[in-house]
Amino acid sequence: MTALLTVNDLTIRFPAASRIAARLSGQPAFIEAVAQVSFALEAGKTYALVGESGSGKTTLARAIVGLVPTHSGQIEFGGQRISGLGETALRPVRRQIAMMFQDPMGSLSPRLKVQSILAEPFKVHGETADLDRKIRSLLADVGLPAHFAERYPHQLSGGQARRINIARAIALRPKLIIADEPTAGLDVSIQGEMLNLMRALQEKFGTAFLMITHNLHVVRHVADRMAVMYLGRIVEEGDTAAIFARPRHRYTTALLSANLKADPDSSTQIIEAEGETPSLLKRPSGCEFHPRCSFKHEICRNEMPGEQAMAQGHRFSCHNPA
Amino acid sequence: MALLDIDGLSVAFRTRRGELQALRNVSLSVEKGEIIGIIGESGCGKSTLINSIIGLLPANVSAVSGSIRFEDENIVGMTEAGLRRLRGERITTIFQDPMTALNPVLSIGTQMTAIQYRRPESLAVKRRRAIDFLERVRMPDAARRLDQYPHQFSGGMRQRICIAMALLTEPDLLIADEPTTALDATLEVQVIRLLRELQRDIGCSVMFVSHHLGAVADLCERVAIMYAGEVVEQGTVRDIFRDPRHPYTRKLLECDPGRLTEMQDTLPTIPGEVPDLVHIPEGCIFRSRCPDEFARCGERPSPETVGPGHRAACHKARELGTP
Ligand SMILES: Nc1ncnc2c1ncn2[C@@H]1O[C@H](COP(=O)(O)OP(=O)(O)O)[C@@H](O)[C@H]1O
Ligand SMILES: Nc1ncnc2c1ncn2[C@@H]1O[C@H](COP(=O)(O)OP(=O)(O)O)[C@@H](O)[C@H]1O
Ligand SMILES: [Mg+2]
Ligand SMILES: [Mg+2]
Repeated sequence: MTALLTVNDLTIRFPAASRIAARLSGQPAFIEAVAQVSFALEAGKTYALVGESGSGKTTLARAIVGLVPTHSGQIEFGGQRISGLGETALRPVRRQIAMMFQDPMGSLSPRLKVQSILAEPFKVHGETADLDRKIRSLLADVGLPAHFAERYPHQLSGGQARRINIARAIALRPKLIIADEPTAGLDVSIQGEMLNLMRALQEKFGTAFLMITHNLHVVRHVADRMAVMYLGRIVEEGDTAAIFARPRHRYTTALLSANLKADPDSSTQIIEAEGETPSLLKRPSGCEFHPRCSFKHEICRNEMPGEQAMAQGHRFSCHNPA
Repeated sequence: MALLDIDGLSVAFRTRRGELQALRNVSLSVEKGEIIGIIGESGCGKSTLINSIIGLLPANVSAVSGSIRFEDENIVGMTEAGLRRLRGERITTIFQDPMTALNPVLSIGTQMTAIQYRRPESLAVKRRRAIDFLERVRMPDAARRLDQYPHQFSGGMRQRICIAMALLTEPDLLIADEPTTALDATLEVQVIRLLRELQRDIGCSVMFVSHHLGAVADLCERVAIMYAGEVVEQGTVRDIFRDPRHPYTRKLLECDPGRLTEMQDTLPTIPGEVPDLVHIPEGCIFRSRCPDEFARCGERPSPETVGPGHRAACHKARELGTP
């Protein structure tokens, strides 16, 4: 059981909007968008990152592909440290990690034909031999006929654009694909098509997926393991089945219970997480979820909970777990 | 009597490829004080339906027929002055992106007092009402935050400000076009709870448009299912989610991963593509993707009543009942 990707105690900082104002008001001059995050992803598996928007999921993903500098901690890929590497040292690694961005239409350049969009990754890595055949085979991999090579992005339906996005991601047969909200805004039927396609490609090529989403119904069916993030920290991590069977952190229980079922007689009791997500500039004391938690004790206000480890690498940080 | 009664509404747009028939023969009514959900995949005509109701169809609309009765007036063919009297006052809207409704350079207080321009009251009274509504959408510290600008609020808070603004005039009908699509699960639940609570207080009708089946099942009393420009089925929330009679509704529900009790490697999908609305095929609109297709589907089905208020446009609507 060797990990393909290991993230160890990773912290990512951004300068706060106004440093002068920050100094005057005594607020920190930076925010920690990702704070002391550790997790490992096995080859060929799917790992889901879930959490509200602003919880640091995209920042974490961008740091893994070297698009955001890290403040402290390490990222290892295939046993090699990749955080803090320079551009040249990163090149061979980049080939093995592909990123699928949110908003497929926005990430396909409108003036390029599908042909050129799919040729791009090969050109970047100087693998231009036999390009037409490679592109035809990519289109076939994602279930599109060869003549789609001649189309422009605006001639694609939403589902087709997503397929092209997937084709581009698998072009160089990466070991890891990072997919940021791959099904956000999609209708259930097309969402199913996309997830089935990703699963089929995973089986065919042994690709691992790091999937970022806030759709928990999706997570349950596609992810082997998952982590729940809150304010840049992992508050609970474990096998997906274990977390769905028995979520422990009170934020996880609130999140899972808010997952509305399409059933008017559904008896699930919704555990409300009152109020708003706090600002990263003013992290709450103690357990950072306590202002929204209905199960807080006195200790939750004052002391940050330590991590409790259960079987199968299920861990969580909560003073009063479910 | 229904508050809103849409009868045989058809809307077409002029496009380079020819006339696109975005809505065809849509009939739907909304009772006073009712929350109705409109479900359908993107492109099925949800926004066109809303734009027809608020009289804001895009410029390239080429034909509108049928009627939209709001109390005793017909919105189809109404003058701009008449529409302005309804819109923003008796019929209000909230959208997926709160920033489409908020002006970024004006404080929310200024915006919330401006929309009360028809009321012959002092500014102080209008501000107090604005604060009251912000408190009702659970904005902490509402009086102080009234003078802040939209960018100073989080996405979830902005959507709540929009809800407060949409309810400030105590409308008869609130139309919400995918108001929770951009929100996370916990915030979505908060917004839905809030809508229900305020709807009860104010007593308005709500038209809640979404492709999130769970949200509709939680909030709505009655549901209409749209496919490719037609309402293919409508009924109570229990009719639709427990006893769906149109094959499209049945397929759509099957595809919802939230309804799968067992973990599944392959998720269900609806094979095939939505028909081209420029070249509407003959017969039933769902025919080419339907698992239950048979000879009669070449004939366009009209809505079949299968129970009180439960109608499905399918020749097999009666047979497809759950045993
Ligand atoms: N380049 C940046 N500069 C400053 N702040 C940033 C930057 N990118 C992200 N952030 C902040 O970091 C936090 C985490 O954002 P993000 O990783 O996008 O969250 P998520 O993907 O979970 O929604 C947010 O508060 C966001 O505003
Ligand atoms: N102004 C327009 N001109 C031409 N076609 C349009 C216009 N607006 C919408 N459509 C088409 O009408 C159909 C319904 O669109 P819309 O009402 O936006 O659907 P929804 O809101 O359900 O996604 C789609 O096929 C869309 O492409
Ligand atoms: Mg993100
Ligand atoms: Mg729409």
